[in-house]
Amino acid sequence: MHELAVTQSILEIVLRHAERACARQILSINLVIGELTGFVDDSIQFYFDFLSKDTPARDAQLIFERISPRARCRECGLEYTPPDSRLWTCPGCGALGGEIIAGREFSVASIEIE
Amino acid sequence: MPPETLPVVEKILSANDMIARENRDLLDGHRIMAVNVMASPGAGKTSLILHSIKALRGRLRVGVIEGDVAGHVDADRVAETGTPVVQINTGGGCHLDAPQVQRALKQLPLDSIDLLFIENVGNLICPTGFALGEHVNMMIANVPEGHDKPIKYPGMFAVVDAIVLNKIDLMPYLDFDLEAFRTAVRALNPGSPLFLVSCKTGDGIETWVEWLLTQSRQHRT
Repeated sequence: MHELAVTQSILEIVLRHAERACARQILSINLVIGELTGFVDDSIQFYFDFLSKDTPARDAQLIFERISPRARCRECGLEYTPPDSRLWTCPGCGALGGEIIAGREFSVASIEIE
Repeated sequence: MPPETLPVVEKILSANDMIARENRDLLDGHRIMAVNVMASPGAGKTSLILHSIKALRGRLRVGVIEGDVAGHVDADRVAETGTPVVQINTGGGCHLDAPQVQRALKQLPLDSIDLLFIENVGNLICPTGFALGEHVNMMIANVPEGHDKPIKYPGMFAVVDAIVLNKIDLMPYLDFDLEAFRTAVRALNPGSPLFLVSCKTGDGIETWVEWLLTQSRQHRT
């Protein structure tokens, strides 16, 4: 549900960078989204198409790079992909849990302009 | 101009983060400790805040920001205690954000508040992405929702500074496995304290409030 507000932020960021580079048109936008953020691609695309209508970002293609969660074991330091909906245990030493080191990303990586 | 790729590398929520820092500076200027209270709907956020207000009377001056999708029932309950309170209606939004809190702060008597509870919208996912300017992030889990919630919502359980398990008076009637819950919480968040509480009977409230008082003392020194 909060995709509307964040899509406004995305548009504001890309327009600012495009204007600075004197671009006429934004062709595509590369977004990096961690799985733990809960943001939904389709929903962002839907709002983007609506919000960007009268801007140089109109018809820009949104490209989503989804980042899977990664955890680091607090005992042995092994980095692993934690299982979905199961208790997190280190596949190396069997220790419980871990520190989240990836999966919370939410940024504009780059844009393609002309 | 031929097509070219322009690196941007900008956090999408950086505007929110910036306003959250302004909120934090404002709160620090008034020596207020702000606590972001997160939970699913019906977990007992307002009830815990009301119990905390009562237990802290004469020890800390409390203020409250109530975030809800609609209505002002929660703010009315808080106002009845004589506590300064501002209601934010998000109009469908599933979390509070820093600009909403910034507007609410302008309506509070900041010089007569030591501890500010910011009751977030009932949701276990979205609120974690949006900094508000808070000093303490806490969540309330509750017995009827089941012991598997840490496994289903790791993003929330991992980031909070304290976890309250509410409605422990219902434990005899439900299949809540406290040890499984503890294990799952510790796996994600070994450092943060877990408080077992019943807002119905008042059990555990004093321990929770003592912790708040310690945090507040550390914050003010």
